[in-house]
Amino acid sequence: MNDIQRAGVTSRFEVRIEEKTYVGADGTLVPAIRDFVLDVEPESMTVLMGPSGCGKTTLLRIVAGLDERYAGEVGIPAGTRIGLMFQEPRLLPWRTVRQNIELVAAPGFAPQDLERLAHAVGIADMLPRYPQELSLGLARRVALARAFATTPDLLLLDEPFVSLDERTADRLRKLLLEVWSARPTTALLVTHNAREAIMLADQLVLLAPRPTHVVAIETIAVPQGDRSAEVVDGIYADLLRRYPANFALS
Amino acid sequence: MSITFARPEAAQNLRLFRGPVVSILSVAGFLLVWFIAAEIAQSRLLPGPGAVLHYIYEESVHGDLLTELGITFWRVVASFVVSMAIGSVIGLAMGQMPALNRALDPWLIVLLNLPALVIIILAYVWFGLNEAAAIGAVALNKIPNVIVTLREGARALDPGLEEMARAYRLTPISKLRNVTLPQLQPYFAAASRSGISLIWKIVLVVELLGRPNGVGFELHLNFQLFNVTAILGYTLAFVAVMLAIEYLVVQPIERYSTRWRNKPV
Repeated sequence: MNDIQRAGVTSRFEVRIEEKTYVGADGTLVPAIRDFVLDVEPESMTVLMGPSGCGKTTLLRIVAGLDERYAGEVGIPAGTRIGLMFQEPRLLPWRTVRQNIELVAAPGFAPQDLERLAHAVGIADMLPRYPQELSLGLARRVALARAFATTPDLLLLDEPFVSLDERTADRLRKLLLEVWSARPTTALLVTHNAREAIMLADQLVLLAPRPTHVVAIETIAVPQGDRSAEVVDGIYADLLRRYPANFALS
Repeated sequence: MSITFARPEAAQNLRLFRGPVVSILSVAGFLLVWFIAAEIAQSRLLPGPGAVLHYIYEESVHGDLLTELGITFWRVVASFVVSMAIGSVIGLAMGQMPALNRALDPWLIVLLNLPALVIIILAYVWFGLNEAAAIGAVALNKIPNVIVTLREGARALDPGLEEMARAYRLTPISKLRNVTLPQLQPYFAAASRSGISLIWKIVLVVELLGRPNGVGFELHLNFQLFNVTAILGYTLAFVAVMLAIEYLVVQPIERYSTRWRNKPV
């Protein structure tokens, strides 16, 4: 069991999707993904960036094992622990914040670990509350804590900070980086927000519109902690010059 | 400038009407109307509340009232358990499997529209005048309602939470306990509420037609004797039992299981 988990942490995750189509509302087949190939580097933050509706969420659901109707192969070893943060918090409203986290926590995740994690994401006071009492920003923090409580080998984040005001989103991005650096995890984040992508990514994967595939993979060498607003602006300007189609609109 | 919305004493009066005071006044009003009507009628066919309460007391202490209540109560509980168990399983299955739903839907509509009396008579004719036929007939009358309610519940399950449970690899038991059943709770509550009142009315008919005991049997007996005091006495006693269940069992359970809802932000 332990061996498998170790393998999960250190090995690459290979994603090869030849084709994924779904049936549109009018009954026609819509191709969502075609010839998508990606090796996810271990213990790094890979950010998939593409326009809205390009199939990013579909991609993440396939990697998470939630969608098995596709042609291709996703090489995720059995026993890999997955932490998934959806676009919406998706907390159980009839369980307290603490119970929501405990429900999915890894075996051996002690109450002290939970307290520490809750402190790190700033929800220590919220543990006995029910999710309906929380604002969206707080609920997102809980969802983030829940994803980390599984001590995941693979952390998947689906536009986790969408529809928050920019200040709250920024604070949560910093929180994500803090918790993530404390225990480097292979992470795959999906976003359409260019600044968010540049702030968070080790590997920045640029996606084409539907049917989506990889346009380019950029490695950002500056450590996330050193990416001030000026650094982000500089990287952005550089990427905008080289990939005008991907960066112009966002 | 000052704007006064309500004088303090008016607010106090309002508070008085919020608690159980209104309920108590309402019951007292009902008893008063009954009392006056009985006084005016002065008839054996409309005894006053005093006479009926006295009958209940006498029959409880010296007669069979408590035994008969107990027998009817056990039939209500047995029919309730059987119909909720069978109805929930079928309803949830129909809600989740469209093919099964299409196959069973005509049966369901037939059962929903079959008069209770027909089911009871056929059950007695085919299975004999026994306890199993009686309870089965009552349950069969209730099962379609449970199916319809729980089918809606199964259809309303949140696919987002379902996906969350799959992504986090919850075991089937854990998923049932933490994700599925809490979502179905309001539907179970609705089915139980409407169920228990429907069931106890049908149990009386079943007892009247083919059982040698129970409240329904006593009502039948006293109808032949034109003993209205006894009829009202038995009715009132059983209504009291049902009220006690509502306030002492159903409502506390409901308050507990919905404690997470509607809390102010």
